[in-house]
Amino acid sequence: MSTATLGGRSPWQLAGIRLRRNRFAIAFGVLFVLIVAFCLAAPLWADHVAHTGPNQNHITDRVLVGGQLTDVVAPDGTPLGPGLRGRYLLGADQNGRDVMVRLMYGGRTSIYIGVLAALITTLLAVAVGVLAGYYRGWIDAVLSRILDVVWAFPVLLLGIALGTTLALGGLQIGGVQIAGDSLWIPILIIAVVYVPYMARPIRGEVLALREKEFVEAAVAQGKGPLRIMISELLPNIVSTIIVFTALNIANNMLLESALSFLGAGVRPPNASWGTMIADGYQTIYTAPHLTIVPGLMIVLTVLSLNVFGDGLRDALNPRAQIRPGR
Amino acid sequence: MLRFTVRRLIGMIAVLFAISVIVFLIFNVIPNSDPAARIAGKNANPALIARVRADLGLDQPLPVQYLTMMKQIFTGKLTSYASDQNVAAHIIAGLPATLSLCIGAALLWMALAVWFGYLSAVHPGSVTDRALTVLALIGISLPVFWLAAILLYYLSFKVPIFPTGGYVPLTENPGQWLYHMVLPWITLAVLYVGFYSRVLRSNMVDVMNEDYVRTARAKGLSERQVRLRHVLRNSLIPIVTLFGLDFGAVVGGGTILTETVFNINGVGLYAGQAIGKLDLPPLMAVTMFGAFFIVFFNTVVDILYAFLDPRIRLGEAASV
Repeated sequence: MSTATLGGRSPWQLAGIRLRRNRFAIAFGVLFVLIVAFCLAAPLWADHVAHTGPNQNHITDRVLVGGQLTDVVAPDGTPLGPGLRGRYLLGADQNGRDVMVRLMYGGRTSIYIGVLAALITTLLAVAVGVLAGYYRGWIDAVLSRILDVVWAFPVLLLGIALGTTLALGGLQIGGVQIAGDSLWIPILIIAVVYVPYMARPIRGEVLALREKEFVEAAVAQGKGPLRIMISELLPNIVSTIIVFTALNIANNMLLESALSFLGAGVRPPNASWGTMIADGYQTIYTAPHLTIVPGLMIVLTVLSLNVFGDGLRDALNPRAQIRPGR
Repeated sequence: MLRFTVRRLIGMIAVLFAISVIVFLIFNVIPNSDPAARIAGKNANPALIARVRADLGLDQPLPVQYLTMMKQIFTGKLTSYASDQNVAAHIIAGLPATLSLCIGAALLWMALAVWFGYLSAVHPGSVTDRALTVLALIGISLPVFWLAAILLYYLSFKVPIFPTGGYVPLTENPGQWLYHMVLPWITLAVLYVGFYSRVLRSNMVDVMNEDYVRTARAKGLSERQVRLRHVLRNSLIPIVTLFGLDFGAVVGGGTILTETVFNINGVGLYAGQAIGKLDLPPLMAVTMFGAFFIVFFNTVVDILYAFLDPRIRLGEAASV
């Protein structure tokens, strides 16, 4: 019971206060929200300002630049560069597509993959980590060995192997058929690849927690294993889960961009920031904006998540470290 | 010590076996299309597909297929059907370039990370500490291939200081070798400098509160000696463990992006080009050897550790 003079504060309130005091982390958290809003506004910009879609080619079109009709893609193949105007604010690419529109739609894809994959990783990692840590014994042995084996693969190589083999015929899980060019392929690949990086620390925490008196008390009250895992153990690892999920989104977006750059991630003509760099890199010497702009967006987004995730870690749980796997 | 080594080696063999099964599953079983057609390559004719099926025994039951595939990989007979070239020969030819890249980058990242981490930890919260923290966060947020492309664009095209990629063997011309490796080394090292310097910083800040540090000060050592001999030395242990994992991962597949952008003729570029052509046999071999190298390297590091630190061989293996 809190007294009137002191006023009790829950751990969450304390964490909230610590986080709010970290102006740097908050600023970058806001930056991430702004980037997401920017990408979500893609259809508005496409319909009302640019009047074109992300995959629409305009190779032979001409637009007014400074009062002059100019080729969107010059006869020598050089696309229009960035400039202050509604259409082609960030210039055009080799196919005459509006880079600004593609950047916004591409960001939706990249963030969508990053977030969904992180959520799936979290679900799998929490399930594996809690089961292994709670039951110990042979269940732990089996689950830990599986984690060890996946952990032994270089993340990028495992992603590439899965991405290339699944590109042709797609994947069939039970009765569900996923096409080779579906976004679900990179999402699932990225989600699975990062499970050990999160499941291992969670298992460690649960191993330590289950020795605590409150678990013993719950057992004495007659609570079953599932109840103990959900109502006793889970609330104690929530802070770890939150921090890891935020940092995982950042890592996922980097992995997505790398896979897409190599041709084992998002399939063209779908835009993601990684595929945009892959396309733009072909002409970096004549049209550097096609490489620089999407790359800067990746850096800003990943940096905002890393700084904010770091602030969250300081506020919630100063110990957990995540090893970037690449 | 012997017991620990034997136990660790048996564990290694079990993991290697599991890895080979997973690689087999990824390439032959999980995907929803005819494996022979997939392995034969993008534009294969029916005759070639039939040859692949016969070579790899793809009409046989799965355990036989597994054994055939392993035999092909480990006897070095695996062929890239799309280009009709031997895979093992290509990988061996690429090793010097890949190792040059990895070893150079590893030296660079360890040196910079220790230096930056030390500078940050000496005065936590200072301007230096904050600046280095920001730099480290930017370092871990950069896509490797993009950093490579940007460095190439600005430092070899806009301002032509460095060559535009390529690899010159060390045995041919050491000066040119070094000149061509500078940008790739930096590219590959940046991520790890960022991560390691932060880990080292937090370790050092923790160690500074230990009793033995107070003892060292009490017996009259200078602050510099305390930091270097007691704090830094003890803080380096987790860094060395991480280094074992990451160096293995870099050699076993972490150079694909850097080699692809800088056009360094190593194992990574070979794998990168195979992706573009959807040529699976090189990817099979590189994935298998990459994972094998990582497991092998980690086992060696673990055994060395146990040799150096009796606590590990008597208790459980070191955890990261």
